[in-house]
Amino acid sequence: MDESWRDAKGVFAVVLGPPAVWLTAFFLVPLAIIWAYSFGENTSLTQIGVTGTFANYAHAVRPLYLGIIWKSLWFAAATTVLCLIAAFPVAIAITFAREKTKVWLLLLIMLPFWTNLLIRTYALMAVLRDEGYINFALGFAWGGVSHVTGALGYPLGTFVPLELLHNNFAVIFGLVYVQLPFMVLPLYAALDRLDRSLLEASLDLGAGHFTTFARVVTPLAMPGIVSGVLITFIPTVGAYLTPDLLGGPSSQMIANVIENQFKTANDWPFGAALSFLLMYMTFVAMAVQGMVARRRGATR
Amino acid sequence: MRAAARKSPPGPLEYLRRWPIQAWLAFTAFYLYAPLITLMAFSFNDSKRNIVWRGFTLKYYQATFADTDLITAFGNSLTIAAVSTLVSVILGAMTALLLWRFRFPAKTVLEGALGLPIVVPEICMGVAMLVFFTQVVPWPTEIAWPFNLGAIIISHISFSFSFVAIVIRGRLASFNRELEEAAKDLGASEWRVFWDVIVPHMRPGLIAGALLAFTLSLDDFVITFFTSGPDTITFPVKVYSMVRFSVTPEVNAASTILIVLTVALTAIALRLQGADVARAETGEGL
Repeated sequence: MDESWRDAKGVFAVVLGPPAVWLTAFFLVPLAIIWAYSFGENTSLTQIGVTGTFANYAHAVRPLYLGIIWKSLWFAAATTVLCLIAAFPVAIAITFAREKTKVWLLLLIMLPFWTNLLIRTYALMAVLRDEGYINFALGFAWGGVSHVTGALGYPLGTFVPLELLHNNFAVIFGLVYVQLPFMVLPLYAALDRLDRSLLEASLDLGAGHFTTFARVVTPLAMPGIVSGVLITFIPTVGAYLTPDLLGGPSSQMIANVIENQFKTANDWPFGAALSFLLMYMTFVAMAVQGMVARRRGATR
Repeated sequence: MRAAARKSPPGPLEYLRRWPIQAWLAFTAFYLYAPLITLMAFSFNDSKRNIVWRGFTLKYYQATFADTDLITAFGNSLTIAAVSTLVSVILGAMTALLLWRFRFPAKTVLEGALGLPIVVPEICMGVAMLVFFTQVVPWPTEIAWPFNLGAIIISHISFSFSFVAIVIRGRLASFNRELEEAAKDLGASEWRVFWDVIVPHMRPGLIAGALLAFTLSLDDFVITFFTSGPDTITFPVKVYSMVRFSVTPEVNAASTILIVLTVALTAIALRLQGADVARAETGEGL
């Protein structure tokens, strides 16, 4: 397929030019400006001077912000683990289904994933709020139980709705909800490529299903698991909408702090430093993914 | 015959026929769908309280269509998505052709740079665009519609066209280059080969890429949130401002319209070029 660019310089220039210019002008330059701002300071109300200071990064590692960064990583890790646990059996079911069923099951997983993130988050607000479906069902059950115990002489008192919304639980619940399909697809892709005779051999030789999955499938599917973990983890660290709508004042993640610096607090250099810390974390995660993929390739 | 097949114990690898897996699948489906289905169902519910079914009504849809702010926002969203799609497909097709056809120095660097818009956290791209369009190229807000949407359109193209490139490149991988050689042997110019041989082959990829770019643009909230002004509200930004206040049937109705629209568009894209769209959506690089 590969043709040297020298063989058709005209065509090469035509197809290279516009995308390269666009990417540079409207993507790389804006990011570079943010990067420069992260070494700057507010010189007046509207002016930012790039002075080469590291004060913004020093500011970002103070306990308050370090705590928020830590919380973002922790939320993302918890979300990833929960997604992995939820997605693995689903991926197994899809892998070993018949061809026709497979398509429908994949569609079942993908469909919610195409609906708008904002709308999915809103749907969860309706489920979790004080007068939401869960509390409504619980209140109904409480009423029934109370009726019975009341007849026995021990009334339960009035139902107090569980506070399910605007806390850390709601954020993780929402993040798992949003990210689950991202985990299922790479896991399925990895499992689908496995040589089934290995599984059959393991089962024939007396290993149980759990042993087979723990000791045969998991090591073989490791690249898929790693890519699923990173595909889930990376966007979750920088999640904005879910903590914003489902979280409370103490469950803000790094993206919410960044938004606040740019829109309300008006400390752009500090917001820029936080943005780039988030970018560096993303790049580290991607480098890990690349390394794992390369090592896998080398041992084959 | 069928009954016999059903009664036989599941084979060793027929996991879908084992109850724990079935139960897990049912639970996952419930978790994923129950919130969305109730959301859509309650948009037809004749009660403000949004929790008990009181009968069927379309009044919230009437209210949605009578809400001029919402309709304006929806018009803005469609305009932005249309322009962004057109440009993204052109740029994406060029990128795909470039990476598919040529070997050149620093190719991996360019591939990495083109992958960036897919992996960079949305919030970082949002603030970068905010700064770019206020400090570097201040986008005039008082100019006539649709030009005041320019900043949003440019941002949308920047994050869409790499996705489009992945889809089209996937399609090009199945192109038989002997066709191109045959056309050239028969005297076709570079342009004629492109237009009469390569483009027809690319077509499903172009359409799938266009639909993907359209839904990406229509769905985007975070990046638009940072580039939109008071006069350039898009549908998701408007819904966000409604959602912040409370859970209401009007929001349910507006959401239902958007869900149906994006699901329909994505379904068409998937029918045309399934595997590549899925690859692009899960961010599997160029």
